[in-house]
Amino acid sequence: MLQLNEIRKTFNAGTVNAKVALDGVTLTLNDGDFVTVIGGNGAGKSTMLNIVAGTYPVDSGTIRLDEEDITALPEYKRARLIGRVFQDPMTGTAADMWIEENLAIAARRGKRHGLGWAITQKERVAYREMLKSLDLGLEDRLSTKVGLLSGGQRQALTLLMATMNHPKLLLLDEHTAALDPKTAANVLALSDKFIEEGKLTALMVTHNMKDAIAHGNRLIMMNAGRIILDVSGEEKKALTVDALLETFAKASGTEFANDRALLA
Amino acid sequence: MNIIALLNSLPGAAAQGLIWGVMAIGVYISYKILDFADLTVDGSFCTGGAVAAVLIASGMNPLLALVFALIAGMAAGLITGLLHTVFGIPGILSGILTQLALYSINMHIMHGKSNVTISRTQFDLLLTSASIGRALIVAGIAVLATVGILYWFFGTSLGATIRATGSNERMSRAQGINTNYTKVLGLVISNGFVGLAGGILAQYQGNSDINMGRGAIVIGLAAVIIGEVVLGRVSNFALRLGATVFGAVVYYAVLAFVLWLGLNSMDLKLFSAVTVAIFLAFPYLKGKYLKKKKTAVKEEQHASAQ
Repeated sequence: MLQLNEIRKTFNAGTVNAKVALDGVTLTLNDGDFVTVIGGNGAGKSTMLNIVAGTYPVDSGTIRLDEEDITALPEYKRARLIGRVFQDPMTGTAADMWIEENLAIAARRGKRHGLGWAITQKERVAYREMLKSLDLGLEDRLSTKVGLLSGGQRQALTLLMATMNHPKLLLLDEHTAALDPKTAANVLALSDKFIEEGKLTALMVTHNMKDAIAHGNRLIMMNAGRIILDVSGEEKKALTVDALLETFAKASGTEFANDRALLA
Repeated sequence: MNIIALLNSLPGAAAQGLIWGVMAIGVYISYKILDFADLTVDGSFCTGGAVAAVLIASGMNPLLALVFALIAGMAAGLITGLLHTVFGIPGILSGILTQLALYSINMHIMHGKSNVTISRTQFDLLLTSASIGRALIVAGIAVLATVGILYWFFGTSLGATIRATGSNERMSRAQGINTNYTKVLGLVISNGFVGLAGGILAQYQGNSDINMGRGAIVIGLAAVIIGEVVLGRVSNFALRLGATVFGAVVYYAVLAFVLWLGLNSMDLKLFSAVTVAIFLAFPYLKGKYLKKKKTAVKEEQHASAQ
């Protein structure tokens, strides 16, 4: 269970460029919740994910994950509990290392890295099986440098790395935005599959309203650093893009100014 | 021009190349694996040489003295690593600060003298320039041991975290790697081998000198780049380290050659810097030129299509 309590974050505080990114966000995710997050540019969606991941500290408020207060925990220590996939497919994997080496690092996330071999034969067999589930033919390319893969392949691999040791929380930060529509659909389907099979708790930021409605069991909308809509269950299933736009206009007092979301 | 003189100078150049090859492997670790241009090496190379020379002069076994040269180098790397990670000083500047400080420290190690002599007649040195055959064997063993140890280390789980840090720092942190720790560890190991190489060179040339590390970073980079250019991009890690040592040997052979051609030894450092600058610029300019050519072709096709 993830609990955000009154999270505030201002960038460049005290300067003319001060930007309130999160303005008192309170949110509770129950175990198994798959929440999609939408909102205009600068609404605070990515900031919220980065705050949870520990990329930057909060100004005030607390973050608890499974009853553990992780507010002060550095990013690399939170990785024990949290799996992440980034918007840029280049971010989630090490380009200069082989596929199996990337997987080995992910497999040891949150564990001690000692002087044993990075990969054992037994692990290699297991990795091959896992890669088969991606259905991209990567199981025969264990010793290929990740830098040689396409963006979609790298994003699928990152997804596998993020979910393979059953994290308490999975953070997907517009992880299909940089992919072409067909590849994006494949990666989204894989995300659904891993989340369902692993019974994972997940937060997925997206710019695509249709995706936000079609995936997950709960949807939140953000504007100006606040959560302005939180729907789940049957109510969410009944949502339409038009209804969302209307809600946005009502709650924020402005039009939803984002071409990408409108056109999607 | 006396071709015999050139041939006579080559075995010595090869021995020097092997010794500097160990130091170039240290540079390979920081520059290529960790993606950190570490200028500490100019100082830590001399630190290793000074520690070895002073300890041998005081009666220590020359092999044991190398262990202390290694440790001294590691300590230098630790300082640079801490300046960068704990105090947030940019990488290049951290290295420069340590390098500068090491000048004073190296002088202190050598009891205030800029030169400490260890005579081969007085001490049982592992290798000396007076006996090139033995020097080649000893330096060769040092290279093999270095490559072997690092091949093992970077194949371990811990070694993989250092490689991941150099390849993608954000990914590394997201995968639970304490990148500050891995950076410091990488710099410690890198400078350890640089110090070791300094200790070996001090024995080879029969002294340690306060200036013996000047330009070491450039020689190391030259070796890394020449190794890549000559042997191509081999994928096996041990071979890549081997290529770096080979690059160092080529570098010293070329130096012997240009000296034989009549280059003033005073101009050697200028020659080295220019050579390395050209090799560093080459891939960038090549990429730029090819890109231009590609766009030109595209525009041509576009124009003809219209």
